[in-house]
Amino acid sequence: MSAISPMPNTNTTTVSTAGQPSRRNTELLLLAFAVILPCFAYANVGLALDGEMPSGMLGYGMGLGLLAGVGHLVVRKFAPYADPLLLPLATVLNGLGLVIIWRLDQSKRFQKVATFAPAATNQLLFSALGIALFVALIIFLKDHRVLQRYTYISMALSLVLLIAPMFFPSVNGARIWIKIPGLGTIQPGEFAKIVLAVFFAGYLMVKRDALALASRRFMGIYLPRGRDLGPILAVWAFSILILVFETDLGTSLLFFGMFVVMLYVATERTSWIVFGLLMSAAGAVGVASFETHVQQRVQAWLDPMGEFLLSKKGIWGHSEQSMQALWAFGSGGVSGTGWGQGHSDLIGFAANSDFILATIGEELGLAGLMAVLLIYGLIVERGVRTSLAARDPFGKLLAIGLSGAFAIQVFVVAGGVTGLIPLTGMTMPFIAQGGSSVIANWALIAILMKISDAARRPAPAPVTNPDAEMTQVVRP
Amino acid sequence: MSELTLTVMRLGFLAVLWLFVIVAVQVIRSDLFGTRVTARGSRRGGDGRPAQRAAQQATPPPQRQQQSGGRRGAGRAESRGRRGAPTKLVISEGTLTGTTVALQGQTITLGRAHDSTIVLDDDYASSRHARIYPDRDGRWIVEDLGSTNGTYLDRTRLTTPTPIPLGAPIRIGKTVIELRK
Repeated sequence: MSAISPMPNTNTTTVSTAGQPSRRNTELLLLAFAVILPCFAYANVGLALDGEMPSGMLGYGMGLGLLAGVGHLVVRKFAPYADPLLLPLATVLNGLGLVIIWRLDQSKRFQKVATFAPAATNQLLFSALGIALFVALIIFLKDHRVLQRYTYISMALSLVLLIAPMFFPSVNGARIWIKIPGLGTIQPGEFAKIVLAVFFAGYLMVKRDALALASRRFMGIYLPRGRDLGPILAVWAFSILILVFETDLGTSLLFFGMFVVMLYVATERTSWIVFGLLMSAAGAVGVASFETHVQQRVQAWLDPMGEFLLSKKGIWGHSEQSMQALWAFGSGGVSGTGWGQGHSDLIGFAANSDFILATIGEELGLAGLMAVLLIYGLIVERGVRTSLAARDPFGKLLAIGLSGAFAIQVFVVAGGVTGLIPLTGMTMPFIAQGGSSVIANWALIAILMKISDAARRPAPAPVTNPDAEMTQVVRP
Repeated sequence: MSELTLTVMRLGFLAVLWLFVIVAVQVIRSDLFGTRVTARGSRRGGDGRPAQRAAQQATPPPQRQQQSGGRRGAGRAESRGRRGAPTKLVISEGTLTGTTVALQGQTITLGRAHDSTIVLDDDYASSRHARIYPDRDGRWIVEDLGSTNGTYLDRTRLTTPTPIPLGAPIRIGKTVIELRK
């Protein structure tokens, strides 16, 4: 039993252990690795494409290194007991994403297109903004429990964030962007993910007893009372509205999925998962029966080759991308073609955002893709671990909500690109090109690290409570 | 670039990528299982079976697992320091079942208030319900902080600060807390 150790100050209890190692040096070591890895990939691309080291190598390497270094120093100062893995894992994904985007910028096919603009520099800028938000949250969010005060403000804010894109023109069939003249576009759904997690956590913490205890047992599962179905029905209706008006399956699946995950964790009732699955299936089928955009996506999922042929004939409304992505995965094989030697740029539009996994699959092969998915898995695992270790119910629910949303997003994108589920327009966290996504996900990692810092931190000094002193009985 | 160089670079990158994943998993491994503890004098490897593991699987039979863990550790604990001094606080019933807090001379506050050491999510708990602290002799004392529904040591409701015997259940609403070695 390692909990009893010869030294008085080491132990391995789950929660709040004084003298637990802060593990910041582990983080620094991994972080150095996480910066070197993309640099290696970058050199690889340059050598494969031009036969020489790429000229921007120093700039990108230093840029990533600097960002990671600043992040680490701030964590060392303001969240010393935070989880050691989250920052390096996010950094390596962000760095690899930069390399892939830069590699696709080098494509001769893209450079011929009139509207071509290199995306890597912008992406580095957005990563810097993301890290800046990360740093700000680590410094100024003293305690994640502060967020609990804003439960209902978060609800209002998330409604605004989710509804706003409906008033903007749709881009490629989905209304998920807000266009700000002169500044570019924002995808508010990415931020709504975090704000909604705060709302759900605050709400479920208060209501979970009513949702968990008042139920009848029927055929082995607990059936909730009719009136307790209210919240889940409301969230369901709302995500259906998103699906209908913004025609975005991914966003609505993400929010409903996140709510069901948090509801399950809060109440420990399997019946909520059963209800959630039934409701989302019913909703998706119902909407697909009249929404042509969704029908197209389902069609492309069931018969990618047919879509490809129709698209080649020039019939509008069909996309050849799904089939091209599958070909990219196929030509990658087990160990890939090597950096810079694939032809995933044939996918053309959205090759560096929605379909970025196809490039990984082609150039790094199954081996590389699995490693990347494992890194995502590790981030989710650390989130769940943080949730287990958190000492307060709100922190537990928030951590599980954020990591659940992260996991669902990765599943929805990876499943869509590999043809497991119909494709939806979401971004692969950290890797895909897109400012909102990178910034929002850095914020997500910052909140998870704050919760894990609070969970692993030695127990705080007791607050002297004047009331307690008054009731105190004189000790013998 | 020759074909050979490119192949070496390709496989090299995959190897380094996987090395990163493996190193990351190793970090988690030591996070989950704790660093290996070596007893003074003789090396005792391999018994790093963690408190965490037991705590994580705490769903139906947490009691047995943790107690067996406690007993295994007891022998070594007695060889050092004061005999019978508890080293951790374990929550054995209630919503926080499986949570452990190391006892290291700090005061532990219990209650629904968000700044409590252990935030009880229990309808029968007051916001500042009770506290557990060491007195000058190093004995651990539990004190009810004027709670509405009371703190019970075993079956008796506390009225004064009371020393906690090892393994005696402290009840607050549906939550049961014990001190263990």
